[in-house]
Amino acid sequence: MADSADIIRVTPDPLDVAALMKAVRTSGTGALASFVGVVRDEDQGRRVHHLVYEAYPPMADKELARIAGEMRERWRLTGVALTHRTGRLEIGEASVAIVVAAAHRREALEACAFAIESIKKTVPIWKKEFRDEAEEWIIGDPSRP
Amino acid sequence: MRIAVKLFASYRELLGEDELEMELDEGATVGDALDLLKRTYPALAEQGYSPLTACNLKHVSKRHFLQEGDELAIFPPVSGG
Repeated sequence: MADSADIIRVTPDPLDVAALMKAVRTSGTGALASFVGVVRDEDQGRRVHHLVYEAYPPMADKELARIAGEMRERWRLTGVALTHRTGRLEIGEASVAIVVAAAHRREALEACAFAIESIKKTVPIWKKEFRDEAEEWIIGDPSRP
Repeated sequence: MRIAVKLFASYRELLGEDELEMELDEGATVGDALDLLKRTYPALAEQGYSPLTACNLKHVSKRHFLQEGDELAIFPPVSGG
């Protein structure tokens, strides 16, 4: 189970990793690990103008909460924030922001890496690339979540 | 039985709908629902990948049995992050 203090959010609003760090830190936190995914201006040599992210919000929230719960089962954590942006994102904007708080660095770093890998595998969110010549939905790894 | 179908990303654009209703026989599976959709929308079968499916907000396989009132979501492999 995710802790009730965990931050789980799928939102059209800009992500703020500094605010998340402040929100998840408790007096028992000795390590804050974060991951921020940002929009890049190229994909496989092709120039990207912007991205649009679409989500299935109730299920995305549920999957993020499930991942937070699994993180808490596997590592001793003091705080978790899993957030993903939707809508149109420009180059350099954050699409995903994760913060993991723990007493020590190893738990925080491992759980943070697990979080982004899990999000990319199972959370129902899709990105559409807008390039010079075309727009295209990016299809993820088709192996079953 | 009647179920609600939600479509996302490439499937939403392909069918030109984000939501529809389907009438299925009792005992129908997710795979049966997809087969019926492909007959109605032949473009679905021409996708280079097969859809993932979720029932009532949980990932399910094509063998999952549907029930009256279920919400079946159809979407491409996820690509968030």
